Amino acid sequence: MPRMTMIEAIRDAHVVAMERDENVVVFGEDVGYFGGVFRCTQGLQEKFGKDRCFDSPINEAGIVGTAIGMAAYGLRPCVEIQFADYVYPAYDQIVSEAARIRHRSAGDFTCPLTVRMPTGGGIFGGQTHSQSPEALFTHVSGLKVVMPSNPHDAKGLLIASIEDENPVIFLEPKRLYNGPFDGHHDKPIIPWSKHPLGEVPAGHYTVPLGKAVVRREGSAVTVLAYGTMVYVAEAAAEESGVDAEVIDLRTLHPLDLETIVASVKKTGRCVIVHEATLTSGFGAELAALVQEHCFYHLEAPIRRVAGWDTPYPHAQEWTYFPGPARLAAALTDVMEG
Amino acid sequence: MAETAPLRLNVPEPEVRPGGKPDFSNVKIPKAGTVDRPPVDVAPADIRDMAYSIIRVLNRKGEAVGPWSGTLTPEEALSGLRDMMRVRAFDRRMLMAQRQGKTSFYMQCLGEEAIACAFRKAMEDGDMNFPTYRQQGLLIAGGYPMVDMMNQIYSNTHDPIKGRQLPVMYSSKSHGFFTISGNLATQFVQAVGWAMASAIRHDTKIAAAWIGDGSTAESDFHAGLVFASTYKAPVVLNIVNNQWAISTFQGIARGGSGTFAARGHGFGIPSLRVDGNDYLAVHAVAKWATERARKNLGPVLVEYVTYRAAAHSTSDDPSAYRPKEETDAWPLGDPVERLKNHLVAVGAWSPERHKQAEAEIDAEVLAAQKQAESYGTLHSGPKASPRDIFEDVYDTMPPNLRRQRQEAGY
Repeated sequence: MPRMTMIEAIRDAHVVAMERDENVVVFGEDVGYFGGVFRCTQGLQEKFGKDRCFDSPINEAGIVGTAIGMAAYGLRPCVEIQFADYVYPAYDQIVSEAARIRHRSAGDFTCPLTVRMPTGGGIFGGQTHSQSPEALFTHVSGLKVVMPSNPHDAKGLLIASIEDENPVIFLEPKRLYNGPFDGHHDKPIIPWSKHPLGEVPAGHYTVPLGKAVVRREGSAVTVLAYGTMVYVAEAAAEESGVDAEVIDLRTLHPLDLETIVASVKKTGRCVIVHEATLTSGFGAELAALVQEHCFYHLEAPIRRVAGWDTPYPHAQEWTYFPGPARLAAALTDVMEG
Repeated sequence: MAETAPLRLNVPEPEVRPGGKPDFSNVKIPKAGTVDRPPVDVAPADIRDMAYSIIRVLNRKGEAVGPWSGTLTPEEALSGLRDMMRVRAFDRRMLMAQRQGKTSFYMQCLGEEAIACAFRKAMEDGDMNFPTYRQQGLLIAGGYPMVDMMNQIYSNTHDPIKGRQLPVMYSSKSHGFFTISGNLATQFVQAVGWAMASAIRHDTKIAAAWIGDGSTAESDFHAGLVFASTYKAPVVLNIVNNQWAISTFQGIARGGSGTFAARGHGFGIPSLRVDGNDYLAVHAVAKWATERARKNLGPVLVEYVTYRAAAHSTSDDPSAYRPKEETDAWPLGDPVERLKNHLVAVGAWSPERHKQAEAEIDAEVLAAQKQAESYGTLHSGPKASPRDIFEDVYDTMPPNLRRQRQEAGY
């Protein structure tokens, strides 16, 4: 089975989706000729022509707004926002339009649209290239929100997103684009070349939206993680010596509550980790759900480990977002608590 | 150092306010028939002056004159007159229904009937409009059943969109009418995307984008222009300049630019202004613009110069911000009266037949209303199942919604 980086897997997902369905069109800033600033769409214009993959003006509301019109026509646009930090001008189109078109027209019009965007920090991107806006989208009825943690899932989830009948926000942890913890890290983690999850099947397959996966089995505490934090969780489990079960959520909405509840009922403890700021983050939703469904099984308070409630600092990324050390301390605490 | 006077903010104001004498002396109106009609493949740069003039066909005597006349037979014009009369009668009835508490809200298009009605006749089945809330004429002139519109307004058991939308926020794919949003201008750029999709698929269908003068200030209007211009999308970009965005006069959105049509110049989009109260002129310009788009010659921007004769909505009181007499002072007259006078002048119509047609149309609208009310109104009669609230959020209901639906008891 071929081994790929996440970038290659995302590119491959585009190729598979575009070959299978001529309605799939791909566009965004620098996406056509150049292949995107991260090269996720490299070669698509050459392979599929300028009708199917093209550059757009620098106007995020325009990218998403035109994509909504295309979806209403019957195409399946998959558009790129160059960085998640730049999605805000398109927020109204996503939240007030894409998310509601099916409901407000009683299914007369639909919006099968995928909006991809690199997300999260760890590449010295500063406050305009590092944000994690997932909670802004999980709060919106009508959207699906996806964040893969490895090349296999990135390809399978992206194909599933493009084939989905609903608007999907597809968040790509840019720190994982070339391998986990590529670049700057406090602790080397197994790179793709040695990681079994770097294997990506050829051709068409999907990873279903709304299904989480247990990445590491354990009996003492459940760690809920997604994206880059899956590796932080695995490393923290090793570092702390706590027998933690790590769940990779993969899709934040719809959420696989069943897998979460089964794990927490088994372990009796729950720690949630995300890179986005703490207050009103997606961890708050997870904590509330775990409390509602597992209260009588809990042996310790639910803990959240997250980014600080500040703008993203350029030079102090590792102080800002959770690393294995912070999560390991929380795991030790929750076992003692 | 020389003394510099303190800076001062410029906040534009309309010529007059309530209590003042209506004044439209700033609206420069050329005589009917005096604006040239260029070929549809004209270079945008060659017709820049058309963004500052007004295309008119009907003169004061009711004659159709000049190069933009003759796109309709008297029979077609008569059909257009009936469409406008239907819209007006429909608005009158539904306004009354709102006053009677049968629905929460209503928006008429009094004085603007010619625009949507005439434009619809220049489109073909399969084309798509991305309208605002004041283009009910697109549906009525397109043959959409009035009773279905009323069902939507009443949010009753036959409401095609299941009581989910504010009254007048219709949706009908089969009638080329995109689901209306309350967020302004969002539909403008979506229309461009729909048109781009038609071009991507090498289809023959075109789209029409609609926006009001006030909403041209929104970023999505400018996004629409840049995308339409860049990809030469087959779309007609319509700006209905009815002078008022609720209480804000059109000068606030327009700023110092000459006209709204002139906005197209920076994008290389051919831009025309038309007398929005002249059914024949609107139709002729719509034909020109749709033909240009359909021939893959790219987008056209059209500004309809008109006047919102009624309140913005049932929640608005225009006497608080403009003179009451301003409606009557509007120099382009009333679209229904003007087309009626024309048809009488050419011998295709008479005041007696007009009166009779008014009665027939009133009866038609009343019958539709009775039928719609038999299915319920907002506050009376049977209701749709609350189960519908949870449907159509996604194509299949996710577990959290299923749990919530069960919790709600459905």
